[in-house]
Amino acid sequence: MSEITKQSLSELVKNIKDKKLSSEEVTQAFINRSEKSKELNAYITEDYSSALEKAKKFDQRPNFDLKLPGIPMAVKDLFCTKDIRTTAGSKILDNFVPTYESTVTQNIWDSGAILLGKLNCDEFAMGSSNETSFFGNVQNPIDKNLVPGGSSGGSASAVAGQLTPITIGTDTGGSIRQPASFTGTVGLKPTYGSCSRYGIVAFASSLDQAGPMAQNVKDCALLQEVISTYDPKDSTSIDFKRNEYSKELTNNIKGKKIGIPKEYRVEGMPKEIEELWQKGIQYAKDCGAEIIDISLPHTSYALPTYYIVAPAEASSNLARYDGVKYGFRAKGENLIDMYEKTRSEGFGAEVQRRIMIGTYVLSSGYYDAYYLKAQKVRKLIKDDFDEAYKKVDAILTPSTPSSAFKIGEKKDDPVSMYLNDIFTVPVNLAGLPGISIPAGHDVKGYPLGLQIIGKAFDEQNILNIAYAMEEKINFKNKITDWWIK
Amino acid sequence: MSIDLKTIKHISKLSRISVDEQKAEKLAGDLNSIFEFIEKLNELKTDNVEPLTSVAETTLKLRTDEVKSKDIREQIIKNSPQDNEDYFVVPKVIE
Repeated sequence: MSEITKQSLSELVKNIKDKKLSSEEVTQAFINRSEKSKELNAYITEDYSSALEKAKKFDQRPNFDLKLPGIPMAVKDLFCTKDIRTTAGSKILDNFVPTYESTVTQNIWDSGAILLGKLNCDEFAMGSSNETSFFGNVQNPIDKNLVPGGSSGGSASAVAGQLTPITIGTDTGGSIRQPASFTGTVGLKPTYGSCSRYGIVAFASSLDQAGPMAQNVKDCALLQEVISTYDPKDSTSIDFKRNEYSKELTNNIKGKKIGIPKEYRVEGMPKEIEELWQKGIQYAKDCGAEIIDISLPHTSYALPTYYIVAPAEASSNLARYDGVKYGFRAKGENLIDMYEKTRSEGFGAEVQRRIMIGTYVLSSGYYDAYYLKAQKVRKLIKDDFDEAYKKVDAILTPSTPSSAFKIGEKKDDPVSMYLNDIFTVPVNLAGLPGISIPAGHDVKGYPLGLQIIGKAFDEQNILNIAYAMEEKINFKNKITDWWIK
Repeated sequence: MSIDLKTIKHISKLSRISVDEQKAEKLAGDLNSIFEFIEKLNELKTDNVEPLTSVAETTLKLRTDEVKSKDIREQIIKNSPQDNEDYFVVPKVIE
């Protein structure tokens, strides 16, 4: 049997069910490795001692019918966890201890998993490099001083670095798929309405979606099966028939029609990305898929649309942080002064910038020119996909326009940072599912990902395509444990 | 279009985020480059396009109006920066 932390979720589940490993052994192994990995700064809050207690309890009265029997797992610190501090990577929630549990994490614990701790992320999930977190940068296990991507940077780093067998992130414009691509891991953004948003710290409500991150497609499918449930507590949760994604997973994708959108061949895109894409097309063909050229004509308008819609919703969602009901409060001379100082001292620069953009585009005199305009363009972007899906079953694109960059490299240029999400943002705007799988390395040896976009509620199909391609690609992540002394 | 310092001050007031001169200048620069990028949308004619407000094609479900959370005052107050057991406390509003 290989080292515990190197095992995939499926292997761990099997070994626990076969009584070859106890939950305590597995939990202890991931705690030990997490303890040795502090330099990655993947955790914001650790909960190791109660994780061990829960593992021991599981071993005393094991229930092997559960999908995640005694499996330890750390989660992004954007999910409210009852009685465990939840910060959203922000100073303003530094001392916030939820009195309730998010539906997605509740589903995970109900399936037998055990919380290891809360993972670092960009402040309020606003960022593409994890550099906006109040709790500091996260290191990418691939190389020192390399960003892990964002906003689910701690989650990606923890999975790639084997600090947790699987995890969950949230994806508003690419926050699961981009860090998955940067760390050589698999990340799925489900269809909008598939996973409940109840208890997730809100960023942009019409775009936010939780999803699984894992070492491989099968683990991702299993976790998606656990977290995707209809939830009356989220009014945008959709009641549809959900598959048993991991059981129904097949690598038979013969005859599937896969679209290649010409607009994703963007100006200035490195040659390596184009080559990776061509390789991906060949892999898909090798799997028996039929490749069809398609057009998504409004692709280049997706980012500008996103940077109106997302900040507008954020400015409204973040109005709740006023220093009165919870979180950080600054001293002020009067009520208004207290509000203004609390928000000025409690939010970081990127969050303030986005609140300001959002406030401006929603303000009197500008609403029609910006917000309404963006909502109309959003319709055109969704129509593009609807039109394409008359001809194809799924769409194949690169996940990101480049591999991971150095910490600090793009920090002072918001627009260049935003361009990271060029291939992922359209998927959120249209509410579709998308998965990023590792597909190769660039000249520096950094991983590169391919994205498969599906029709709404067609997670099974893109998981199958990803599963089939994964087998052909046979990607090996180069983790050298450089951070372990 | 250009966002000047006066506009920044106005947005900062609407956002309830205090901004000093130095921060205002930095923000003006950042916002101008972001809006320059956003202006691209004006290339598109959208007069006859219906705005998309939600991708979830679902109508809101009705449910029975019943109390599900009882006696949770303590939970609600628990995280407040300042309280007196029964209320949230804020700086004096009425002189």
